[in-house]
Amino acid sequence: MNGAIDIGGISEVLPPASSAESEKTVLDHIHSWLVTVDHKKLGLMYIMYGLVFFVIAGLEATAIRIQIAWPNLHIISPQAFNQLFTMHGTTMVFLVGMPLIFGFGNYLVPLMIGARDLAFPRLNAFGLWLSVFGGLLLYFSLIGGEGMTGAGGAPDVGWFAYAPLTGKAFSKGHSTDYWTLGIMVGGFGSIATASNLITTILCMRCRGMTLLKMPLVSWLNLIMSGMVLIVVSPLTAAQIMLLLDRFAGSHFFDTQAGGSAVLWMHFFWIFGHPEVYVLMIPAFAWASEIIPVFSRKAIFGYPVMVGATCAIGFVSLSVWAHHMFTVGMTSTGNTFFVASTMMVGVPTGIKIFNWLGTMWGGKLRFATPMLFSIAFLFQFLIAGLTGIMLAAAPWDWQLNDSYFLVAHFHYVLVGALVFMIFAAVYYWFPKASGRLLSERLGKWHFWLFLIGFHVTFDTMHLPGLLGMPRRIYTFEAGRGWALLNLICTIGVAFQIAATLIFVFNVLLSLRKGKPAGNDPWDAWTLEWSTSSPPPEYNFPEIPTVKSRRPLWDIKHPTDPDWKYE
Amino acid sequence: MSKTLRRFVKSRLIFCMVSILLAPQVLFGGERAGQSLIPNTFAPESTPAHSISQLAGFVLSITGVMFVLVAGLLAYVVVRFRRRKNDDGMEPAQVYGSGPVEAAWTTVPFLIVIVLTLTTARVIQQVQDARKPASALDVQIVGRQWWWEIRYPKLGITTANELHVPVSSSRERLPTFLDLRAADVVHSFWVPRLMGKIDMVPNKVNSMWIEPERTGLFLGQCGTYCGTQHAKMLLRVYVDSREDFDRWVAHQKEIAENDPGAASGRLVFEHTACINCHAVSGTAGNGRFGPDLTHLMSRDTLASGALSNSAPGLKVWIKSPDRFKPGVLMPAMNLNDKELDQLVAYLTTLK
Repeated sequence: MNGAIDIGGISEVLPPASSAESEKTVLDHIHSWLVTVDHKKLGLMYIMYGLVFFVIAGLEATAIRIQIAWPNLHIISPQAFNQLFTMHGTTMVFLVGMPLIFGFGNYLVPLMIGARDLAFPRLNAFGLWLSVFGGLLLYFSLIGGEGMTGAGGAPDVGWFAYAPLTGKAFSKGHSTDYWTLGIMVGGFGSIATASNLITTILCMRCRGMTLLKMPLVSWLNLIMSGMVLIVVSPLTAAQIMLLLDRFAGSHFFDTQAGGSAVLWMHFFWIFGHPEVYVLMIPAFAWASEIIPVFSRKAIFGYPVMVGATCAIGFVSLSVWAHHMFTVGMTSTGNTFFVASTMMVGVPTGIKIFNWLGTMWGGKLRFATPMLFSIAFLFQFLIAGLTGIMLAAAPWDWQLNDSYFLVAHFHYVLVGALVFMIFAAVYYWFPKASGRLLSERLGKWHFWLFLIGFHVTFDTMHLPGLLGMPRRIYTFEAGRGWALLNLICTIGVAFQIAATLIFVFNVLLSLRKGKPAGNDPWDAWTLEWSTSSPPPEYNFPEIPTVKSRRPLWDIKHPTDPDWKYE
Repeated sequence: MSKTLRRFVKSRLIFCMVSILLAPQVLFGGERAGQSLIPNTFAPESTPAHSISQLAGFVLSITGVMFVLVAGLLAYVVVRFRRRKNDDGMEPAQVYGSGPVEAAWTTVPFLIVIVLTLTTARVIQQVQDARKPASALDVQIVGRQWWWEIRYPKLGITTANELHVPVSSSRERLPTFLDLRAADVVHSFWVPRLMGKIDMVPNKVNSMWIEPERTGLFLGQCGTYCGTQHAKMLLRVYVDSREDFDRWVAHQKEIAENDPGAASGRLVFEHTACINCHAVSGTAGNGRFGPDLTHLMSRDTLASGALSNSAPGLKVWIKSPDRFKPGVLMPAMNLNDKELDQLVAYLTTLK
């Protein structure tokens, strides 16, 4: 790759690193990260925070899989097992997924729209530290959850914490309180960052960048942030109600005093389902950036992609009760949520077809980010199709809360989201660090993770079809589940090996990676026009754009995009 | 194509797909899925479970075709449009989109979705809004941490964890209508071969029905996480012939055996905290927090399936319930060995 395409001489005008830099002590460095309001540093801290918890939650999953590798094992106690799956789920959604998508949003959005920072840099730092504090609160339950009664430890109510299991009568000690507070505080951080991203995208685009000339990453972050504002609020409301129940003697969810368990389900899932899209839309965004670059073609059907994402965002707000087909809604209610859920499949399908359309007629380059993106396409397709199966309410009466469901949402969150997170790390790591990740290790990482993923999660559908419910710490022999569960557990070993290679790759490449130059992938959006890593002010001069692919225009002055858009 | 033929083809198709899906299970399970105790959702034995698995087959066929088409397209694109060794280094032709193509791949999925929604709606209505025939049996089931209380209100029977229902046939339709409640937290009633799961929610009465077509034992378990021992909240449904069921009912209606030989054990039962939670008809015990023990020995399992029901089983269970079901709400009563033996002797008379 030609590392240094000359883009209007921008790289030359960067000032040389100041000599004071080398005299800084370690403490100075740490201090500079702690007090920073720079969106790039905050973004990287979000990403590191997410990756650290990814490893922790992955270890929790490993312990879970070992305990249920075979019938009637007694490696982990039932109480500890219940805590493990609660912490695994809560951590993966709130302390891995959310920080990672906000990290990438933080890092990329200003660079891609030609801004110097987010609109409210201090609010941005506030949001990060709130999220970190929320995460620490959740994990502090391991120490503080015992409370006066000696019951508990980490929370053990499941990640959607159905009432009245969370009530004082069934959840003694303080573990549930740490769960509630941790998520609530993290939620405030999410709202802060979401409103920041919206303001930035609406108000701080560079000259020439109309809304319909924004990169899709920017569009999709806008939609995702809008959804966060809408859906985190009911979650926060529910958490406050739960706290009132637990501390002030109210009875929102206290069924023994006439409260409603179903009310909690509605509150939780009107957050919980759109949350899936909150996590997935940024993954769509990265795919919409990486697939075109490695296919060497502009994204197919840009306006349709924007429209489809808006449609997903809108429709996904009215599908939540498909998590509740089994709670005894009327047939009319069930049918409505069948229809709305199936309908989400349409815009989602459009996106898959558009990515395929982008690749069609291109010249595909199979660098590691592209490999992860292609696997993402394949797995997201399957996740979507099993989603349609679950949306057929009567079939969902069988599948809901079975291992089929567990396999389905791991296909979404690992097969699609985690694969795209890896793709995005491989793709933007050179920009953030100035060095490329090793392609060789990257391919090892990819293939091992792919094998491990499919061994575990393809197999996992089957015990569900054979009647195995989720969240059981052990199971009976003779039900046809034993061998299937053993295979699932074996797959974990491959995933662990792959993750170790990834961590090693990052550490190694930070020191010894090939220098990336400004634009290692020959890409087209603004972040690649500045140096790697970008200076604190991002761009010496705020750029002016004429099309969705400003660097394409510079690289192809005779055939620029703006002639066609 | 005649209707029968079409139905035949459809059932073959479903059968093939399901067999492929469950191949590992059939290979290693060693048993034909149709006859074993495996709670296979694709081996339905009751009317609503049949409706569900037919719908499942239909949805599986459509999504299967979609998978083959799109995944095939992806494979084709990846192979066909990879960059070749002798690439000229030029950028490929830039295509920004195409109205007609976009319209096509919006419309076709939309139509598929409509078909799927309507089919699903029909099955929902079929199962959920089915009329209850006069011959139906009524059963109330209450989910509790971590066992099932089972009552037959019209027959005056209370039992636990093992549901007995009559078999239904086209000659004599005998469906069972279950009304599902919960005493503490949310549970879910799930016996896959008879029907999908329906939650048991405190402060709410849900209902479902089953109509088993053959006699035998069907296994299930709680389908919604309900606390520490969710995993050991197992459920057994015995589908009896009409005669067997009537005999079972007649026996359950009798009051408890009062064997003078076990009087000392009965004394232990009535003088310890057992009676706070357990009931035995005709004795001082009328507790309602634990399973009714009037006909304890007519059941095959203890503690909601945690161990099998026998004198030795009872003894180790009563001695330390926590050993078999850590976190269980039944405390160890700290009886001495003599009392324990007397108590077990008494309990085993409760035929």
